[in-house]
Amino acid sequence: MFSNRCSHRGAMIARTLRGNTDRHVCLYHRWCYSSAGELTGLPFRKGLKGEGGMPEDFDMQAVSPQRLRVANCHGMLFGTFSARAEPIEAYLGEFGTGMIRRFFSRPIRILGYSRQRIAGNWKLYAENLRDTYHASLLHEFFVTYGVDRATQKGGVKMDARHRHNMNHAYAASDSQEDAKAAYAETAARLDRMRLRDPKLLKFHNEFPDGMNLAAPTFFPNALLIQINNTLGTRQIRPKGPGEHEVFQTLFAYVDDDEAMIRHRLLSANLVGPAGLVSMEDGEAIEVVQKATRSAPDACAVVEMGGRGEVRDLAHRVTETPIRGFWSYWAELMGVEPEGAIR
Amino acid sequence: MKVAPETREALTALMADYAMAIDEDRLEDWIELFAADCDYRIVTRENVEQGLPNVLMWCDNRDMLRDRVESYRHVNEYNPHYDRHVLGPLRFTGESDGVWSFELSYGLFQTSLEGESRLFSVGRYRVEAALSNDAAALKRVLVIADTGLVPSLLATPI
Repeated sequence: MFSNRCSHRGAMIARTLRGNTDRHVCLYHRWCYSSAGELTGLPFRKGLKGEGGMPEDFDMQAVSPQRLRVANCHGMLFGTFSARAEPIEAYLGEFGTGMIRRFFSRPIRILGYSRQRIAGNWKLYAENLRDTYHASLLHEFFVTYGVDRATQKGGVKMDARHRHNMNHAYAASDSQEDAKAAYAETAARLDRMRLRDPKLLKFHNEFPDGMNLAAPTFFPNALLIQINNTLGTRQIRPKGPGEHEVFQTLFAYVDDDEAMIRHRLLSANLVGPAGLVSMEDGEAIEVVQKATRSAPDACAVVEMGGRGEVRDLAHRVTETPIRGFWSYWAELMGVEPEGAIR
Repeated sequence: MKVAPETREALTALMADYAMAIDEDRLEDWIELFAADCDYRIVTRENVEQGLPNVLMWCDNRDMLRDRVESYRHVNEYNPHYDRHVLGPLRFTGESDGVWSFELSYGLFQTSLEGESRLFSVGRYRVEAALSNDAAALKRVLVIADTGLVPSLLATPI
C-alpha cells in the first residue's frame, strides 16, 4: 500500500474509487508505478536526441511514493505511516483481536457503503463512540422501542492503554418496569408508542456471547458495529479541522439465506446517515462544533462515571473511555500534562 | 414511449403532490400518496453501479412509512430545515395492468432556519404508479441519489 500521490508533481495517481490493475500511471506526465508502489519508468528519462531528460544520477527507487505498513488481522486491514507502531496484535490487544475474530468468524459478503459528511472535527466523532452515556438519551429510538437502554446488562471495555473501547449490551436483559423507572420523562411514550411494523427490530442471536449491541472502536479512526443484525465497519476520515466523513461498509455472511439478507437490509434503517438510531450523531457533533468554536479556552466536564482511574465498567452510565482517548492522544502528540492518568 | 396526455398529466400531478407534501412538511399527506403494499427505498448511485443492495432507507409497506414519519415527529433529533424539491419531466418506460413505470430527475435543496440554502441531494426517481379513473397510487418509489455523500444527516424523505 502506498500513498496516492505522484512523486513528480504531487498529482493523484489513481482517480477511480476501486478496481484492479498491476500498474498505475499518473495522467499528468505518465510516470509509472508498480502495484507495490515502486516508480518503474517515466517518459523522456534519457531526453530526446541527446537533449533534456533527467539527471544522470536520478534514482527511481529513491523517489517512490510513501509506503504504508499494512497488517491483516483476521481479514481486517490496518495501515500506518509510523515505523515505530507496535505489531497489530499488540496494538489492538486481546480485546481488539478477539472482537475482530468474532465479527469475521465466517466469510463475509459486502452489502454496500454509505457516506456522511459531518461539519465537525473528527475527534468529536471519536469521543461520541466512547460516550455510552449519550446512547440511550440522544438516540431516543433506542429507548422508546426497547432496542437498547442503559437498564440492559452491558458496559464498556477498553484495552490496557485505554485507547480502544467497546460499548456493548445484551439483548432483552432488562424489564419494561426497570426502563420506565430510569427514563421517567419518556416513560409515557414507552407504553404509547409501538411500531406498526416491528420487523426491523427483530433480533436473531448469531454470536455465542449473546450481545445485540457491540461497537469495538479502535484508536484513532476505525470501528466495527453491530446493532441487532446489522453488521458493519466505519472509518472516520478527517477532511480538514472542521469536517469529517463517516464511511460505513455493511456486510452479511456468505452463508446467509435470502431471508437473512433481507432482514439485514431492513435493519440497515437503524444505522447510517438516515439511521433511526444514528442520525442524531451528525446533529450533535455539528452543534458541538458550532458552539465550542466560539469559546476555544472553555473546558468540557467529563466526569460521568467518576474521576481518577480509567477502567472497564459493567454499566454504561459513563463517559470514562473519552478520558482514555484523550490520554492516549495527548501522549502521542507530546502534550501529556504532568501526573496524567493513563 | 408514447403516453396519452391525460396519463402524463395525472402522474405529473401525482409527483408534484409528492414533492410539495414533503416541502410543506405534510409528511402524513405524503404517506397517503402510497398504496398499502408500496415499496420506498433510498439508495445511492455508488452502490447501484456496483450491483450492491445497500439502502439508506427502506420501507417495504405503508405501515413502515408511517413508523418512519412518527419516529421523525416524536422520537428522532435532526437538523431543523426546510426542504425544496425541483423535479424534471417524467420519462415513461412501461405499463402493465394499469401500473405505469417512469423515471424523473430531482434536485433537493435544504434551507436552514436562518435562510442559508445548500444543495442537499440530486438524483432520480424510478417510480411505479397505479392509475385508475382519477385515482393514482404509488406502488414503488426507488430514489437513486447521485449524492452519496450525505451532508450532515438524512431525516426527511427524498
